[in-house]
Amino acid sequence: MTFDVTKHHLVPKHTKLSESEKSKMLGKYGVEALSLPKIMTDDPALKKLDVKTGDIIKIERKSKTAGASEYYRVVVEG
Amino acid sequence: MAINVHKKIENISFGLFSPKQVTGMASAKIVTPELYDKEGYPVDGGLMDIRLGVIDPGLRCKTCGQKLKECPGHFGYIELARPVIHILFVRQIYNMLRSTCKYCGHVLVPETNLKKYLVNLDKIGEEEGLEARRRKVKDIVDKHKIKDKCPHCEKKLDIIKLEKPYNFYEGEVRITPIEVRARLEKIPEEDLVMFGYAAGFRPEWMILTVLQIPPVTMRPSITLESGERSEDDLTHKLGDIVRINQRLFENINAGAPEVIIEDLWDLLQYHVTTFFDNEVPQLPPARHRSGQPLKTLTDRIKSKEGRIRHNMAGKRTDFSARTVISPDPLIGMNEVGVPQVMARTLTIPVRVTEWNKEYLKKLVENGPKKYPGANYIIKVDGRRKTITAETKDEILAELEVGYIVERHLQDGDICIFNRQPSLHRMSMMCHRVKILPGNTFRLNPAVCAPYNADFDGDEMNLHVPQNEEARAEAQILMSVETQIISPRYGLSVVGCIHDAITGNYLLTKELVLSREEALDLLYASGVDDLSALSHKDKVDGKEVFSALLPSDFNYAGKDKAGNEVKIVNGQLKSGNMDQASLGHEKGLMLRNIYERYGEAFTADLLGKISKLGCTVLARRGFSMGIGDLDLTPEARAEIQETINKAEKDALSLIDAYYANELEPLPGRSLHETLELRILEALNKARNKTGDIAVKQVKDSAAVVMAKCGARGNPLNIAQMTAVVGQQALRGKRIERGYNGRTLPYFKKNDLGPKARGFVRNNFKSGLTPNEFFFGAMTGRDALMDTALRTPKSGYLYRRLSNAMQDLKVEYDGSVRDASGRIVQFMYGEDGLDVSKTKNGILDVKSIVHDVMGGAK
Repeated sequence: MTFDVTKHHLVPKHTKLSESEKSKMLGKYGVEALSLPKIMTDDPALKKLDVKTGDIIKIERKSKTAGASEYYRVVVEG
Repeated sequence: MAINVHKKIENISFGLFSPKQVTGMASAKIVTPELYDKEGYPVDGGLMDIRLGVIDPGLRCKTCGQKLKECPGHFGYIELARPVIHILFVRQIYNMLRSTCKYCGHVLVPETNLKKYLVNLDKIGEEEGLEARRRKVKDIVDKHKIKDKCPHCEKKLDIIKLEKPYNFYEGEVRITPIEVRARLEKIPEEDLVMFGYAAGFRPEWMILTVLQIPPVTMRPSITLESGERSEDDLTHKLGDIVRINQRLFENINAGAPEVIIEDLWDLLQYHVTTFFDNEVPQLPPARHRSGQPLKTLTDRIKSKEGRIRHNMAGKRTDFSARTVISPDPLIGMNEVGVPQVMARTLTIPVRVTEWNKEYLKKLVENGPKKYPGANYIIKVDGRRKTITAETKDEILAELEVGYIVERHLQDGDICIFNRQPSLHRMSMMCHRVKILPGNTFRLNPAVCAPYNADFDGDEMNLHVPQNEEARAEAQILMSVETQIISPRYGLSVVGCIHDAITGNYLLTKELVLSREEALDLLYASGVDDLSALSHKDKVDGKEVFSALLPSDFNYAGKDKAGNEVKIVNGQLKSGNMDQASLGHEKGLMLRNIYERYGEAFTADLLGKISKLGCTVLARRGFSMGIGDLDLTPEARAEIQETINKAEKDALSLIDAYYANELEPLPGRSLHETLELRILEALNKARNKTGDIAVKQVKDSAAVVMAKCGARGNPLNIAQMTAVVGQQALRGKRIERGYNGRTLPYFKKNDLGPKARGFVRNNFKSGLTPNEFFFGAMTGRDALMDTALRTPKSGYLYRRLSNAMQDLKVEYDGSVRDASGRIVQFMYGEDGLDVSKTKNGILDVKSIVHDVMGGAK
C-alpha cells in the first residue's frame, strides 16, 4: 500500500491544462513553455495525472499573503 | 594619450590551444633559463627575451618595435623534452581514457546506441542549453566506463585508475603521458562529439608537448632600492621549468639510464603542474627560498584577491573619503557633517559661465589652502592646471567662460554616504554636505538605524558625484527622504532614538511649561512659525508637541504601554509619544505622516521632533545614578523572601525527585521534568522580584527609559536592583565543568539552584565569585556565538544576493530572471509592493475612509 501524496494537506492541487488553456496561459505571460519553472514527469504529485513532457501543470496553492495563488510548471523528463 | 587599438574584440571562444597554434603565435622560442647577461641586458632565448615585450624604459620590443607601455607583450614557447599532463584537464583525460578503447580508439558505446545518444544530446543542447548538454554527456560517459571488453573490436580491456594528482595506471602498469597522448590521438573525430567536443578540437592537446610562455609584461620584475632585481613568481617558476627541461634534453641525448630520465620527467611534470596551479591537494606547493608559496597562474585568477573578484568586480574610486563617525542631533537627517580638511581635498567641477565667473574667481583667489577655494582648473583644451600661490595670478588672468574650476566641497553639495556591510539599499544614501570643524563625519542619530551605525569607532565612506547626471540620479533615487520607508516591511527605517524618544515622552507625559519656555523650546527645535502654540500662560507639554504637527492631521494608535494615542486636527489629545509612535521599525505615526504629507515633510518633521526631544531633555536634565536603584528595606526584604522561597521550592523539588515522587511531564524524562520545574520556579521568582523592584524605583531615569523604549528593558533594571537570575547555557542550567559538579566549591551531584548557575545577588549588591564565574560562562558563550555567526551569515547572504541579483518584477507583476524565465507568476503571490503597505498590510478601510472625504 502506498501513500497518496495528493491527499496530504501540504501538497497543493495539481491539474493539467488543456491545449486551449495552455496556449491562453502562455499568451498571457508572453513566454515559451520552456521559460516556465519545471516539474519532472516522475514527480509524485503527477502520478494520477497522465502527463507527458511539454504539458503544463497548474498548481493552486494556499498563500499566506494572497489567500490563494496560481503557479504553473512545465513537465520535463525526469 | 592615444590608445593603440591592436585588435577589436568581436567574440571570445574558450578552448584548447593546439601545439601548432602555440608555436604559431609565439614570437620567441625559449631555450635558456638565464635572464640577463653581464651588462644586465636580457638574454636572447631567455625568459626575459625582448621579443616577448619590454619592461625596461628605453628598450624597444623586437617583435613590434614599440616602447614600454606601448608594447602589449608577446607569447613565447618552450619545447618540452617529454610531454606532460596539463593538471587542470586531468579529470577530462581520465574520463576519456576510461570510456575509449585503447586499441581502436572508439567510444565504448555500442554502435546501435551511439546514434540514439547523439540525437538525444543535440535535442537537450537545443532545448535546455549547453549546461544541460554537458551534464548529459557526463552521465553517458560515466555509464560507459571500461567494463570488460570493447564493443567494437572485442578486445579485452583493463580498468584504468587515476592516482592523484596526475598518474594513470592500467592495472599495475603506469601509463606514461606519451602513451596517454597516443591513446587520445586514436579517438576518431566523430566519437569526440559524444564528449561534447566542438569540431576542430583534439583531446591530445590536453597533454602538453609545448608550453606557452606568457609575455614579460604580465610578469614584470621589480628593481629594488639596492639596484637588485626581483623577479615575478611566474618568472621563477618558468625558470625552474626551462632548467629541468634543458637537463632532461641533455640526459636523453647523452643516453642516460632510464631511471634518471624518469626522475627528471617527473620533476618537469611537477614544475609544469605548479606553474598552473600551486594548490594541488596532493602536491607540496612550490615555495620561495623564504618559504612562502609562489603565486602562480590560478592564484592570480581565483578567490577574493584574484583578478575577477578583486580587479574586475571590485572597483576603486576617486573623490571618496572615509573617517570615524560621530553624532550630531542638530544637523538635518539628510545632512552629513564633513570635516573642513576633507572638503579642501574633495572637489566638484564647475564650468565657468558669465554668471558665475566672479564667484569662481573668488574661489580661485582663495586657492587650495584657504576654504572655500579651488584646487585645479581645466582649460578649454582639456589641460589641467594646479592652483598654487605662484600660478594663481596667471590663472586668474586667463580664466574665461568655458573653463572648468574644481572647487572645494561646500555646504549643500550632494554626496553619497555609506557604511559597510552594504546589506540593503539604505546602506548607501544621498546626503547634503555640511562643512563642520573637527575630523569626523557627523550624522543625525535618526539615520543610525538604516546604516546600522553606532559611534563606538565606526567608520563610514563618502563619495562625491562629479557631474549633473550623477548628482540628479543620487538625489532623486537615493536621498534619505526617499528611503524613509523600508521596502522590506513597509514601515519607517529612520526614527527617533535614545534621547529624542525620552525627551518627547517626558514632554508629552508630564511637563508643563511657561509660555516663554515653550516658545524658546520650539524655536530651538527649528520651528519658525510659532503661531500654532496656544496663548495661555502655562502650556502643557502635549500642546508644545502638537505645535509641530500639521493642523489637519488625525491619528489613532497605541503607545508602548497600550494606552490610546489620539491626535485630532493636529492636537495630541491623549497618550504619550514614545517608541511606538516615533521609533524606527515601529513609528506608526511617522508612517501615517509620510503617507499624508510626503517624504520631504516627514524628514523635516522628524528632524524637528528629534531636536525637540533632545532639547527638552537637555533643559529638563536627565541623569541616572546608583541611587536610582535604591530600594526601601521593606522591598528588599520582600525580594529576599521571594528568592528564599523559590530556592526552597527548588530544593523540595529535588527532594521529591530523589524520593521518586516527581510526576514526569508528558514526553519528558524524570530528570528533564525536574530541570524544567526548577527553571520555572526560579524564573517566576525573578520576574516577581523584578516587578517589585521596578515598582519601587519607578521615578528613576532607568525606568523612564525602559518605559518609553528609548533604551533598556525592565529585565535590565531587575538584574541591577533585585536579582540577576539563572544563567543558562544552551537553554539549560549550567551543568558542565567537573565530574558531577560545576565548580570544586560545590558537592558532587548537587542539583540545587546555587550549584547550577542561579545568581541570587543583583549587580548593585555585587556577585559572589562563583556567581561571577557563571556569568562569565554565559557571557563567553554569547560572544563566541556572535563571532562565529557573523561570517557564516555573511557568506549565506552573499550567495543569496548573487543568485538573485538579476531577478526583477516585470510590468505584468511576474518575477523573471535575466533570460526571461519566470520565477514567480505574481510577485510575492499577492503582487503587493511592500513599501506601499504598512507592515505588509494594505489598510483598505483607511483608504476608503480617505477617498470618501475623510469624514466618519
